[in-house]
Amino acid sequence: MKLLLIGECREGKLLEYSYELFGFASQAGAETAMLIVGGEGALPGYGGTVYLADAGKYGEYNPDLHKRLVQAVVERERPDYVVFMHTSYGWDLAPRVAALLKVPQVSEVVALAEGGGFERPCLSQKMRQVVKPKGTPVVLTLQGGAFPALVPGGTPQVQPIDAAGEGRLEFLGYEAAARKGVDLTKAEVIVSVGRGVGKKENIPVIAELARVLGGEVGASRPVVDSGWMDAGSQVGVTGQTVSPKLYVACGISGAIQHLAGMKKSGFIVAINKDKEAPIAGVADVLVVADVMQFVPALTAKLAK
Amino acid sequence: MKILVCIKQVPDMESRFKPDASGVWYAETDLAFRVNEYDEYAIEQAVLLKEQLGGEPEVTVLSIGADRVVEAIKKGLSMGGDRGVHVQDAAAHLKDSWQVASIIAAYAAGEGFDLILTGLQSQDRGSAQVGVTVAELLDYACATTVVGFGYADGTVTVKRELEGGVKGTVRLKTPAVVTCQLGLNQPRYPTLPNIMKAKKKEVRVIPVAELLHQDQRVAPCEFRAPAKKGSAVVLEGELADQVDRLIGILKDKTAVLR
Ligand SMILES: Cc1cc2nc3c(=O)[nH]c(=O)nc-3n(C[C@H](O)[C@H](O)[C@H](O)COP(=O)(O)OP(=O)(O)OC[C@H]3O[C@@H](n4cnc5c(N)ncnc54)[C@H](O)[C@@H]3O)c2cc1C
Ligand SMILES: Cc1cc2nc3c(=O)[nH]c(=O)nc-3n(C[C@H](O)[C@H](O)[C@H](O)COP(=O)(O)OP(=O)(O)OC[C@H]3O[C@@H](n4cnc5c(N)ncnc54)[C@H](O)[C@@H]3O)c2cc1C
Repeated sequence: MKLLLIGECREGKLLEYSYELFGFASQAGAETAMLIVGGEGALPGYGGTVYLADAGKYGEYNPDLHKRLVQAVVERERPDYVVFMHTSYGWDLAPRVAALLKVPQVSEVVALAEGGGFERPCLSQKMRQVVKPKGTPVVLTLQGGAFPALVPGGTPQVQPIDAAGEGRLEFLGYEAAARKGVDLTKAEVIVSVGRGVGKKENIPVIAELARVLGGEVGASRPVVDSGWMDAGSQVGVTGQTVSPKLYVACGISGAIQHLAGMKKSGFIVAINKDKEAPIAGVADVLVVADVMQFVPALTAKLAK
Repeated sequence: MKILVCIKQVPDMESRFKPDASGVWYAETDLAFRVNEYDEYAIEQAVLLKEQLGGEPEVTVLSIGADRVVEAIKKGLSMGGDRGVHVQDAAAHLKDSWQVASIIAAYAAGEGFDLILTGLQSQDRGSAQVGVTVAELLDYACATTVVGFGYADGTVTVKRELEGGVKGTVRLKTPAVVTCQLGLNQPRYPTLPNIMKAKKKEVRVIPVAELLHQDQRVAPCEFRAPAKKGSAVVLEGELADQVDRLIGILKDKTAVLR
């Protein structure tokens, strides 16, 4: 079995999570080749074949051309799977490649299942489904963190690769992350507000618990999106990654994108009315309660 | 200008899910359904653009599914969509993302839409494939994961959200497909007069057989709860008792309570 792994570059560097592709390949027990649209500075520590397309010519984000580059490598390597990470680059490019090659795609794979199937999450991570693609090659995207990062080591054999075509998207540039407000990465205690807190007016109740515990207030994304709190308080893949001694998740369901930002915390307490909420998978303690009843009671007792 | 918004109706994610008789998807009994969260941003963006252009664009709201999805279409219309299209398919759940995209593309092919808005992904299945695949099938330009949107004279300028809060700005010409990420705008709540008005708006019904000409590429074979990996201590029962037990655990297991 052979896999074509699609590495991902930003501002000239190979993104760290691209090494999870090798972790997947090793679990699959497969041969590999990699494609990178980047420069010499982006080459991985890997002794196999790396097809290198020049980012100066093809851009770091130019999916109409990148899909042609993938196609060109697929024609040479004839892989069984074409594997992306399930990221803003991967979920953007993978369906274009699948459509061009007229082959199946399975998104956000978390495990290999028996008999050529793939396990993937559904219903906002609450459940799992196993699916089987019909036809090859199969285009896959992998959930971040589902497979261990692995640096195979060695120096790649570089093969230049080119493709013809026009891109219809004009990339105008990157914008750095907004970083205002407190630096949550330094906090020892974080009490985070999720959508389950109900409304903006309830936030002071949560903030009071944070104060009594000597901590800071964090937030899940919908809380930021609806303007209850500043973007600087967001925890998760598109916010800050934190690892306080104590993390208290108030009315947070535990979406994978939130967990990515807090699962390394020392001790995790989740307060949720839903016993089945996926946050239970990473929590040390799950308090099954209405957050707006439980938190004031806890604060009052602690303040004594 | 013609705008198409594709919306999916999904179950409330706070529900408990059980396998259906086929064993490969969830049973619908006792579930409440709503508009896919990502798609509410798509509807809002279409309506904002219509307002920006003085009401000129016509906004079509399309959903594929059983008769219950008409509720979702009505919500789109009460937020400001002009007309609805219900692709009637009692077995919509048996289609894969590729077939769903092919149905939408087959409908849109003859309609000459300038802009097609979809959600980044559905909350229930979450493949993040349908929007991009529609673009590929129609040969439209496409940008995904959009958290900022501007339009002028046939040019769309978007901000794509990348990892770690970084954004990438991209410009593309219509006809285009844009997939909407959470936080793109503030989806409005339909007002009562607009809910009443929406009742009178046209919803065209198209049987799926007229639009589906593609075979499935991904077959489902299993549906289940994830293997329990956590070892959380679950505190249930009396509130005061829960508080005491939690404080006890925190004193025991963490150094934050003195
Ligand atoms: C590309 C991408 C990037 C993302 N990045 C991030 C990110 O960086 N950070 C992030 O947080 N999210 C991110 N998200 C969004 C993520 O997928 C979830 O939508 C989000 O984390 C959900 O937030 P929540 O848990 O607060 O809300 P919900 O998922 O709506 O959960 C609310 C929870 O509160 C509980 N609840 C409701 N009422 C009560 C009550 N009265 N008492 C107790 N519990 C109650 C419910 O049972 C539920 O579990 C991203 C999504 C995408 C697609
Ligand atoms: C055996 C099986 C059973 C299933 N049962 C169900 C079920 O009971 N109920 C269910 O809802 N799904 C069910 N599904 C999933 C359903 O078939 C997929 O949702 C479908 O393939 C679309 O893919 P997606 O949700 O991953 O779309 P994504 O690519 O994640 O969605 C992106 C966007 O595409 C648009 N879109 C997606 N679907 C539609 C639609 N139907 N109408 C209009 N726009 C749409 C929306 O704008 C959405 O935001 C089942 C799948 C299988 C294989």
